Amino acid sequence: MIALQARRSRRAEQFALNVLRLAAASVILAMAALLGYLAFEGTKTFYVDKFPLSQFLFSPDFSVDQNHPGAAVFIIGTLAVTTFAIVIGGPFGIAVGVFLSEIAPARMNQILKPAIEVMVGIPSVVYGWLGLTLLVPLIRTHTSSPSGFGLAAAGIVLAIMILPTVITLSEDAFRSLPPALKEGSLALGATRWQTIVRVLLPSASSGLAVALILGIARAVGETLAIQMVIGNATQFPSGLFSPTAALTTEIVTDMPGATEGSQLEHALFSMALLLLVIAMVLIVCVRFALRKRA
Amino acid sequence: MKRNAAFAALLLGFSVVATSTPSFADTNISIAGSTALLPLVKDASGAYQQAHSDVKISVSGGGSGTGINQVAAKAIDIGDSDITAPTHPELHDNRVAVIGFAIIVNPSVTVKNLTKKQLQDIFSEKITNWKEVGGPDQKIVVINRPRSSGTRAVFTKTIMNGIPVNESGLTEDATGTVVSVVKQTPGAISYAAFSGTHGQGLNEVSIDGVAPTDENILTGKYPVWSYEHMFTYGPPTGEVAKFIAFVAGNAELVRKDGFILLKDMKVTETDR
Repeated sequence: MIALQARRSRRAEQFALNVLRLAAASVILAMAALLGYLAFEGTKTFYVDKFPLSQFLFSPDFSVDQNHPGAAVFIIGTLAVTTFAIVIGGPFGIAVGVFLSEIAPARMNQILKPAIEVMVGIPSVVYGWLGLTLLVPLIRTHTSSPSGFGLAAAGIVLAIMILPTVITLSEDAFRSLPPALKEGSLALGATRWQTIVRVLLPSASSGLAVALILGIARAVGETLAIQMVIGNATQFPSGLFSPTAALTTEIVTDMPGATEGSQLEHALFSMALLLLVIAMVLIVCVRFALRKRA
Repeated sequence: MKRNAAFAALLLGFSVVATSTPSFADTNISIAGSTALLPLVKDASGAYQQAHSDVKISVSGGGSGTGINQVAAKAIDIGDSDITAPTHPELHDNRVAVIGFAIIVNPSVTVKNLTKKQLQDIFSEKITNWKEVGGPDQKIVVINRPRSSGTRAVFTKTIMNGIPVNESGLTEDATGTVVSVVKQTPGAISYAAFSGTHGQGLNEVSIDGVAPTDENILTGKYPVWSYEHMFTYGPPTGEVAKFIAFVAGNAELVRKDGFILLKDMKVTETDR
């Protein structure tokens, strides 16, 4: 009787394990299918339409109707808005992270934490809409930009959108430091500011690198919010207020009308593949930074 | 044993639901595509369903390219488009109306008339200031539609004569957005369907002295117009055919939504 029960529970255990294995396998399968499909569609620009990779990467002339799918404008556009966002949002986010972990009293944390969580929960279309109705007219009336659309509007919207990621991860980076570091520094007579700048910041650097890289990843992938304010002009940004376009915004702008099998569709798929490659490179960077910490 | 019985009952339940669904609505018609034609198709489908309670029509936008792609893939019954579909010979072209497109300018610009040549120069960015065409000293802000837009196809075909549009202009992807951006942005110029531009307080300029009105399109004087197409996979049959005829023949709705009845046209074109 006891043996029977034991066998039955072993069978149940085996069953549960198999369910878990199946779940894990299906995740891997879904990822592999996605990668395979994107790689297949995204390379058609090169092996079906026979355009050289160098033209796609380095030519600024995106005239698919005239046999010229150069995506350089969108690549530079993505780099420019991402740089803009991280230059503004990065230091600001880390500063808030320091404040939350080292300076803010517990009461302050109770208010700030939920506020940051709400920022994560706001859909990107809402950020875009606010950008379109508040930021764009503001830039139009206060700068030389005739329309208000462009790099600055997109960069500012993005900087706000990556804040929660950078804040949360940099706060974690500071909190995971051994308390002895801070205690030792204070015991030696250092002020709180000296402790933060000379001891805590350098010790947390790899964690902060992760925070910034994931912020960059978020910025590179953001689509709808910046499409609404960047202007979607196929030209290199010539200044802070110049309208331009990014990889994601170009895909979403031209995707609805791209006929199946057309050069335009293939070129858009190639851009999607490029975005995936960028995301993978960034994840490898994160792994690298984490390993250095361990 | 008991579990098997429950499972069987469940299956039975599903099949009952599945077989009984069609009796709620005998015919489903799915439609997607052009956002320019969308208002007319929406109004017409409402009126048609009221008269025919056994027909259920679902209408969505997505753009002309989406309409053509989807109907060619047999995913929907009707694909709405502002442009023809020369690469899809299997599709049947059902023309339902005519739509005009206006050149719209921000009201701060007082220019009332532009020649075709001036329009070509503005959209290829040879002319970049309104004072060069008799307007105020103000920078021209060109607003384009996406490369794959049906409206842009009509504009480039009827105005640009093969001259490439300068891609450094802003690009907005829907008629509504274009209209509101032109309204807000001093010096802005763009193009959009009459159904979206009339009565919006915009400056709708004349082309070579011809005003953007229905009358001037009927007589062939105003150049920027196209047929609205409702593509079907092969010739339409049954309720689909009846609905398409209903859209094209409903003078009241066609005019209310800013379109022109096919039978009113005094000129015809084969490839629009």
